[in-house]
Amino acid sequence: MTTYPELIVLAPLLGAFFAGIAAWVESRISYAITLIAMGIATACAASVFTQVLASGTIQYRMAGWAPPMGIELRIDALNAMVLLLISVIALLNLVASYRNVEKETPDRASSFYVMYLLFVVGLLGVTATGDLFNLYVLIEITSLSSYTLIALGDRDKSAIASLNYVFIGVIGASFYLLGVGYIYIKTGTLNMVDAAAIMKTMTDSSAILVAFVLCILGIWIKMALFPLHVWLPNAYSSAPVGFARVVAPLMTKVMVYVMVRLMLTVFGLDYIFDTLNLSQAVVWLGTIAILAGGAMALYQKNLKKMLTYIIVCEIGYMVGGAWLGNQMGMTGAILHIINDAIMTFALFLAVGNMVYRLDRVDYTDLQGLFAKMPWTMAGFVLAAFSIVGVPPTCGFFSKWYLVLGAFEAGAYHFAAALIISSLLCAILFFKVFEICFFEPMSEGHGHDSHGPAAVMEEAPVSSLVVLGLVSVCLIVAGLYSGTIVDTLITPILN
Amino acid sequence: MDLLQLIATKYNYCLYIVLMMIGLYAMIAKNNLIKKVVGMSIFQTAIILFYVSIGYKHNATIPIIQGDHGHGTHAAILAADYINPLPHVLMLTAIVVSVATFGVAMALCVKIYQRYQTLEEDELRMRLSEK
Repeated sequence: MTTYPELIVLAPLLGAFFAGIAAWVESRISYAITLIAMGIATACAASVFTQVLASGTIQYRMAGWAPPMGIELRIDALNAMVLLLISVIALLNLVASYRNVEKETPDRASSFYVMYLLFVVGLLGVTATGDLFNLYVLIEITSLSSYTLIALGDRDKSAIASLNYVFIGVIGASFYLLGVGYIYIKTGTLNMVDAAAIMKTMTDSSAILVAFVLCILGIWIKMALFPLHVWLPNAYSSAPVGFARVVAPLMTKVMVYVMVRLMLTVFGLDYIFDTLNLSQAVVWLGTIAILAGGAMALYQKNLKKMLTYIIVCEIGYMVGGAWLGNQMGMTGAILHIINDAIMTFALFLAVGNMVYRLDRVDYTDLQGLFAKMPWTMAGFVLAAFSIVGVPPTCGFFSKWYLVLGAFEAGAYHFAAALIISSLLCAILFFKVFEICFFEPMSEGHGHDSHGPAAVMEEAPVSSLVVLGLVSVCLIVAGLYSGTIVDTLITPILN
Repeated sequence: MDLLQLIATKYNYCLYIVLMMIGLYAMIAKNNLIKKVVGMSIFQTAIILFYVSIGYKHNATIPIIQGDHGHGTHAAILAADYINPLPHVLMLTAIVVSVATFGVAMALCVKIYQRYQTLEEDELRMRLSEK
């Protein structure tokens, strides 16, 4: 079977070009082109995924130049998995958000689709590439398109939030670029595998240490690890829903993937844990991120804002887990990349549906929502259970691996933080459920509180179908998490 | 003495760090958004200069190989005679990225100005907290 790994990145890129041209004619044609481009990318990602499972790592040489001179796409089980995740979520969101985009940015719909495709190109490229400098460029493509898309959102706040994100994002990417410069000085190559092989011989070099610190710090800024998170809540909560639904589950998770890739492939676990012995300090950082994210979420009065702080909290899980220094922790972190992407996607799908009907999602706007939007709320409840970590849903399993890893490493504070965050999330979500279920509709909505039950006003069917599908995925990913770990994650780590 | 020698031999690294810190200072401390954007640009330029400087070699020339095309064998080429072109090529891409970022940041400033008629951060904060 022939697979086309390059098409995963190229199809959306060409799609963006043609969607931009089609925008002159009619925004619906742009939408169709976007859908086709994402469809092709998803199909290619799926075929690459099966190919990688069957016969191992795929290397694709861009323009036929052999590495280390040329740029290669290097796809092993880890990125095949993340590629599939990104393309499927981006495609589903496109189907789900059609009406939201029309409602929120009626005159800019085609620009939205063009930037959306470029955003996905960046994410897919970051995941597929095997070249350090290429990674930087693609991170910047992702970031630039997300700056513009965030600025399409809320009229009052989005531009300011986006500009703050630009400043911090630039610092993050520049740190990473600087780190790559140091790697290049020492090794003379930019290919990940090649650089890793050369760096193995110079583990006591201080330049490599500087490179390592700069790269990881840059990626941490991009993924919003706790003290570096300030840009995230404002930017994501003021973004248009159609974009928030895809940036919230994917952007930070792909950056976690980049961190894992740097740790596993470029610098090597031996260097990080034996030579530098950084595990303890970073696990503490993860612990603090979890607790701080959860605590800040408690103070929020807006559902979207609250969810963005939960993202900050979840980043703590993955960073802490990856740095525990044992296989169990790393397994948990990688599994949580997938699970958290699905959970966050489901939550934001539900929130997007609410925004479609209510416009605002302050807690006070949510009264009586169970009666008004029962299907949306059913999906929301399931996703919330998964975030809390209730057993049949996938959130439980990755958390389980993380807790086991924490005990194995003797990091009891991290295990405690994981359990406390479950409790915090339970409090957070039950507060929302209580408002939605028990509190009657507010007078302002034109309903008498003694009157007949609220009229059902559900979101568009396409949105609901996608939400249903993703909710089923939450359970399926949970039930098959053993298979995922055995066939995908364990082989990467050995 | 050691430090002086370090600065004298590795002055390019010191310079890029000084430039970078100027940019970072402007991004953190300035109140005007345009000044912040300029600071951001200085920050990125510092890194571009760092890359350009690492390609340099003493007594080396530009990496264009002189020779008659299609006339048999070239003389052996010594890598030490030519500066390393790769960091420079990389920076072409990085310059494009930084120009694009600058453009997006400026566009956002325009959008903020249209909405609030100011680019001073403290005033913006006041206007936002009024809501």
